[in-house]
Amino acid sequence: MSLKLENVTRTVGGETHIDNITLQLSPGTLHVLIGPTLAGKTSLMRLMAGLDRPSAGRVLVNGEDVTGVSVRLRSVAMVYQRFINYPSFTVYDNIASPLRLNRLSKHEIDLKVREAAIIMRIEELLDRRPAELSGGQQQRTAIARALVKDADLLLLDEPLVNLDYKLREELRAEMGDLFQRRETIVVYATTEPSEALMLGGAAVVLDEGRKLQSGPILEVFHNPASVAVANIFSDPPMNMIDGEIIDGEARLGEDIRLPLTGHLGQLSPGPYRFGVRPGHLSVVSSPAHEFKFGATVDLAEVSGSETLIHIRHGSAAWVVQEQGVHSFDLGQQIDVFLDAARLFVFADSGRLVAAPAPVGGGGTPR
Amino acid sequence: MALIQLKGVAHAYMAKPGAPEDYALKRLDMVWQDGRAYALLGPSGCGKTTTLNIISGLIRPSEGRVLIDDRDVTALAPRDRNIAQVFQVPVIYDTMTVFDNLAFPLRNRNVDRKEIRIRVHEVAELLEMTADLKRRASGLTADAKQKISLGRGLVRKDVAAILFDEPLTVIDPHLKWLLRRKLKQIHEQFRTTLIYVTHDQNEALTFAEQVVIMNEGEVLQTGSPQELFENPKHTFVGYFIGSPGMNLIPCQINGDAAIVEGAPIALGEGVAERGRAAGGELVLGIRPEFLRLRPTAEQGNVPVSVRLAENLGNFKIVTVSLGRLALKVKVPEDQEVPGEWAYLNFPPEWTKVYADGRLVE
Amino acid sequence: MNKWQDNRAWFLVMPVFLIVAFSAIIPLMMVVDASVHDISGPGNRVFVGAEWFKEVLGDRRLHDALRRQLTFSGLVLLIEIPLGVAIALAMPRRGWGVSVTLLVLALPLLIPWNVIGTIWNLFTRPDIGLLGVLLNGLGIQFDPTAAPLDAWITVMLMDVWHWTPLVALLAYAGLRAIPDAYYLAARIDGASAWAVFRYIQLPKMRGVLMIAVLLRFMDSFVIYAEPFVLTGGGPGDSTTFLSTYLVKLAGGQSDLGPAAALALIYFLIALAVCFAFYRALQNVGSGDQR
Repeated sequence: MSLKLENVTRTVGGETHIDNITLQLSPGTLHVLIGPTLAGKTSLMRLMAGLDRPSAGRVLVNGEDVTGVSVRLRSVAMVYQRFINYPSFTVYDNIASPLRLNRLSKHEIDLKVREAAIIMRIEELLDRRPAELSGGQQQRTAIARALVKDADLLLLDEPLVNLDYKLREELRAEMGDLFQRRETIVVYATTEPSEALMLGGAAVVLDEGRKLQSGPILEVFHNPASVAVANIFSDPPMNMIDGEIIDGEARLGEDIRLPLTGHLGQLSPGPYRFGVRPGHLSVVSSPAHEFKFGATVDLAEVSGSETLIHIRHGSAAWVVQEQGVHSFDLGQQIDVFLDAARLFVFADSGRLVAAPAPVGGGGTPR
Repeated sequence: MALIQLKGVAHAYMAKPGAPEDYALKRLDMVWQDGRAYALLGPSGCGKTTTLNIISGLIRPSEGRVLIDDRDVTALAPRDRNIAQVFQVPVIYDTMTVFDNLAFPLRNRNVDRKEIRIRVHEVAELLEMTADLKRRASGLTADAKQKISLGRGLVRKDVAAILFDEPLTVIDPHLKWLLRRKLKQIHEQFRTTLIYVTHDQNEALTFAEQVVIMNEGEVLQTGSPQELFENPKHTFVGYFIGSPGMNLIPCQINGDAAIVEGAPIALGEGVAERGRAAGGELVLGIRPEFLRLRPTAEQGNVPVSVRLAENLGNFKIVTVSLGRLALKVKVPEDQEVPGEWAYLNFPPEWTKVYADGRLVE
Repeated sequence: MNKWQDNRAWFLVMPVFLIVAFSAIIPLMMVVDASVHDISGPGNRVFVGAEWFKEVLGDRRLHDALRRQLTFSGLVLLIEIPLGVAIALAMPRRGWGVSVTLLVLALPLLIPWNVIGTIWNLFTRPDIGLLGVLLNGLGIQFDPTAAPLDAWITVMLMDVWHWTPLVALLAYAGLRAIPDAYYLAARIDGASAWAVFRYIQLPKMRGVLMIAVLLRFMDSFVIYAEPFVLTGGGPGDSTTFLSTYLVKLAGGQSDLGPAAALALIYFLIALAVCFAFYRALQNVGSGDQR
């Protein structure tokens, strides 16, 4: 099935939840909705599912207008943030429940349930009840139930957000594989750029109910069309600093001066906003990081296998992302190294004017 | 200022524990140095909260003794111990003002009124809550309530340690950062011993100078965040710290090298010998960020097939097959990933061997 | 949600409207009708306007009944609320004791109201009742059918016995909802048992206690069956409450007009209390946000 949203808008009580969004989703594709909380991810999914009706615009399935059709008549499966299972059913019966509604034969149901359970690695738990499962196992059950339905449209609304970090890591890795093999349209909402990148597919960046940018995920990541996209699609958010290009050099903030080499060379003089990803700053010097400035450590946070060092340089507060786990004292003075080739440049309006050339190619196709 | 010691402490929640698995906390000897920030980290049910409650006196251990500054306090009630504790749920006294909430522990201990006023104002200043002192505490947000809970600990001058039991669980993610920072500042300023229980790796590693990793009622390793990351003493620590966790693959020892799927991997000096001596089930561990992926064969490299390369923007996670085993390698974003075959380099200084889960040193 | 679904929902609610109309609205209208007419026989009725209301409001016996009613409700609250809280505090918090206490407490609540009156009537009779015989045997004169004070004591005892368990159960539910962390934190803060009660348990029970107070006030304000069966409103009029008086007026003396007027006044008082109850309940939920 193909799904198309045509200029859909949804307002609730005078508040605009979705603002004129057009999207084309073809079968067998994965779309990741990325945006902060309240960006409209859930609202958009509810419109796709037919749980809500758009205030304006149309929803088309295979070219046919289904805008007013009840969700029960559509082929949709949904997985929510909270693990929703039937508490009195066993895992087996939970997974089997959508099939029973479709009146499949016992044998067919059994085959499908076991297949989905094996994919989600819960085949050992089929006799248990949800209360006897860990959060991760409960969410696997909910996902298995959605998979077994073999719906044309599978919606996952931040399914991993309530799980702890090791489980999230495991399920994330599994999920990417899972979606690759299906003919279904999969739509996955997340606030986390790393999750989106791990899943792959197409990105739809949302903010305040509007679609800011869409396209293949790495393309969006490497060429964020605006300051807003750069902030949403970067964790921690991209470091931004106002500056200008004047007298043949780039001046960032109070005292950072960079030569106009590489992709900066084509820029005309004027005011700009410069962005640099935390991962492109370093506290260790290397041949690439030619520019050095002093900074004060505000706090060093550990995130997974990386250390995020929050620093202050003059009036600017930046974040440096270093591989590995390192300790810094509050108020410690450090040197930070910057690579001019990795600068993003935005116009005053917030629009991207120059992005660093992608390096090292993409990932191998799965 | 105080030194806290646990001597042979063990605890079981049942009346007559027999088997080792009856114990929520297995025998533990531990010294908490004065003025340091500790985190007790482990999955749920690992015994970390039990340990914390034994220190504060909310639980009397089935076995062993608790010493604060060489004074045996095992039998003392929490109020006689000079220990403050902050819980997962922010606890505030609804009917009182913020001021009265902060003053409560002092009033219970009959501190004189003038002293109370001074202390409460100091603490409120520190927590940036001076403006709220006259407000009723029940109307505040969760993070403000949790600050008050912390304040009730800070207000007591005699406190030997402040204990935290997953204090940020109910706090909004974007406020967690601010509170964490506040805690660090307070610690730098006062140098009170802090012991912080959490199941969140990032929180523990960010907050603590020393992290105590627990699993199944046992302490597996105590060390600085960097030590835990770079030199895990137990396979669980390798798995639990870092994302993705350490690659852990079964191996044998032959000569000076570890043999994985028939391929020899060089080890640090003497490791092979000590591994052989340790015996038991041998596992080789190396973190994805320490493995080197090369496009061409070099001396000592192991040929692998590339299964999957995930481009995560700032870096790539490459999954490779070595025989029947899968390993993850973290490579910088600017490194080209070979299409089908590649060669893995195991730097000996980062290649660890574990015998029955424990590091061969 | 689609519009046509909403319309169908209205249709589904129709039966409830019909039932309410027949069981409440139509009888009420008939009472209103009776309260403004003088009815001396079938087909013989004269419109009298507010006459009956004036008469009833000026009735000294009604004033006495109202005073007795308020005294009774006041005493009921003063005894049952603190007693219920005390019982709840003394109840075990875990183990087999919980179900046993809950069962024992629930017993009086399960007995029909008129049976309660009969039980206490028999229990306190000076000739054959266990309590009556015992007290009189000890040389204490006790006869609820003769002495107004004894009748009051008996009615109060009965109500306390009957309804304190409800207060206790509500308070217990309130106590159980307090997270353990509060007690642990109080221990760390060095709070005394009194401080724990005053600053943790009481504030956290505030909501349910509010409900208990209102429920008990309403119930005791419209009490009828128990005192009627127990004492018949006597001796004299000493335990004649509003409802007892109303029934005497309507049933016994067949003064339909005044009885209807009284019933309406009574109804309005009850409605006012209901409204207070409703408002208080609304505030309970938002109490913590203030």
